[in-house]
Amino acid sequence: MSNSDKVKIALVSCGSEYAGVQKELESAASSLNAELVYPEMDVASLDTIGQEFGLEVASPDLRLMMARAKAVVEGVAEVDAVFVATCFRCAEAAIVRNEVRRYIFEDSGLPVISYSFTERTTAATLLTRMEALTTIAKSKHLLARENQEGLTAGIDSGSTTTKAVVMRDDEIIGEGWVPTIKVIESAEKALQQALDQADVNREDLQAIGTTGYGRFLIGDHFNADLMQEEITVNSKGAVYLAKTQQGDATVIDIGGMDNKAISVQDGIPGMFTMGGVCAGASGRFLEMTSKRLGVDITELGDLAIKGMQKNVEMNSYCIVFGIQSLVNSLAKGATPEDVAAAACHSVVEQIFEQQLQEVEVKEPLVLVGGSSLIAGVPKALEELLKIDVVVPPHSQHIGAVGAALLVSGFVDKE
Amino acid sequence: MAKIFIYPTNSLILSDLVERFGHKPLAMMEKIREKITTVGVDSPPINITPEDPKHGLKYAAVEVPAGVRGRMSIVGPQIDEAEAAIIVLDSASAFGCMGCARTNELTKFLARQRDIPRLEVKYPRTEEEGKDFVYQIAEFLKSLPKEDEE
Repeated sequence: MSNSDKVKIALVSCGSEYAGVQKELESAASSLNAELVYPEMDVASLDTIGQEFGLEVASPDLRLMMARAKAVVEGVAEVDAVFVATCFRCAEAAIVRNEVRRYIFEDSGLPVISYSFTERTTAATLLTRMEALTTIAKSKHLLARENQEGLTAGIDSGSTTTKAVVMRDDEIIGEGWVPTIKVIESAEKALQQALDQADVNREDLQAIGTTGYGRFLIGDHFNADLMQEEITVNSKGAVYLAKTQQGDATVIDIGGMDNKAISVQDGIPGMFTMGGVCAGASGRFLEMTSKRLGVDITELGDLAIKGMQKNVEMNSYCIVFGIQSLVNSLAKGATPEDVAAAACHSVVEQIFEQQLQEVEVKEPLVLVGGSSLIAGVPKALEELLKIDVVVPPHSQHIGAVGAALLVSGFVDKE
Repeated sequence: MAKIFIYPTNSLILSDLVERFGHKPLAMMEKIREKITTVGVDSPPINITPEDPKHGLKYAAVEVPAGVRGRMSIVGPQIDEAEAAIIVLDSASAFGCMGCARTNELTKFLARQRDIPRLEVKYPRTEEEGKDFVYQIAEFLKSLPKEDEE
């Protein structure tokens, strides 16, 4: 890492300053004690970099991105991580964004993430992604931990549910899972469930780690030793539970509000994408489907396994119009099994189309998050990718397990 | 004195040429200067806020990327205001550059849609072409009224 205390993130973008998001990018970085830097390059190279890079595009700012990426890879710019950003809905930029990100990651080994912005992109949206970037750049020692030690708790305050686990000496001894209503109260309940099951008093906990959307709020409330975004925590938890901490792995986390696809090497996230807030590609869509079918969410998976998604015509990925398609299919005589299968297929197909194109899928593929328990989801993913999907035990508690594991680095060894 | 829209919109050479012949160049630099000196707006480096791409909706639909609309919020009103236009085609990046090919296409299109005197000239690659380039621009600028005829 560079000498400065601040994490230096190279911003490789095509005119984010014209889209009204520059301030948000700067604000997200500064809240993480990071600074955005702009790799120096020769202006004259803009006319030749396209040919050199092998991607001849019309937009000079996209060629600027390639030139800056080259400066990063060749070490002209000393940085710790790279944030690649282009406008949402620009096809030319999407091609360059993907190739530049791949080039930087493969040729420099630096952590890199890409994002497509609109004028509505806010610092809050960027924060989790940038936090993961700075953690991978700055705190690899934290992520190198492979075993849980001592007595620790992890709490994952998600958008839909709050999960907690208590771990002792590399074993999960208590679990809690409640719907997120009031963030702190829900976290209290989840933790208490886990403590009761573990038969442990809260005062005996040696360290607490928090993650998820509410991590800062509940982290302050519980005086947590670690408050960490869910990309690094969940990927760590996933490879820990799937016992694939060494070598390559791909983690897919289908959450209540967003999805993550993370390529992991030796337990440390490499390339990752985090799906935007789209209900149609999330666990919420499956929840709505189960309500419409009049079954509990826990029964949806078994239904889906018995159904054929091809029997249902889905006209939209949208949670509103997608559900309407399902309802129309029911009216035309489709079975609830087929509808359940179509819903699982729809969620998985969106993840495949929108996220897995940006992450190189390397086996084993570990599927985590509450949706992984709906049997139709891993089945649909296996069918789509034609590979085996691993759903580790406790996959719904992945964030809490990851937090309990990572925070054990803070346990005082007497 | 005529208001001359120039393309590339941030070409210092073109802007200087227009001024030398007694006209007012409508260039991006001028608008950016206005933006960065606006008191109370703190959105560095060029003070384009999320509101600007929304203003750009006058020139491009919502499915057009925010970066294009943000640029158009600056360039679009200049095209509306222009009394003549000079468009330099296929120029080198160092001559002036708006960064985004889609914005370039839309900018040239909108300038061509205006019913105003317009000169389109290829960027010179040799000294001879360079002389002809300046000559064509000079003749065009001389042909425009220098003062408001009232």
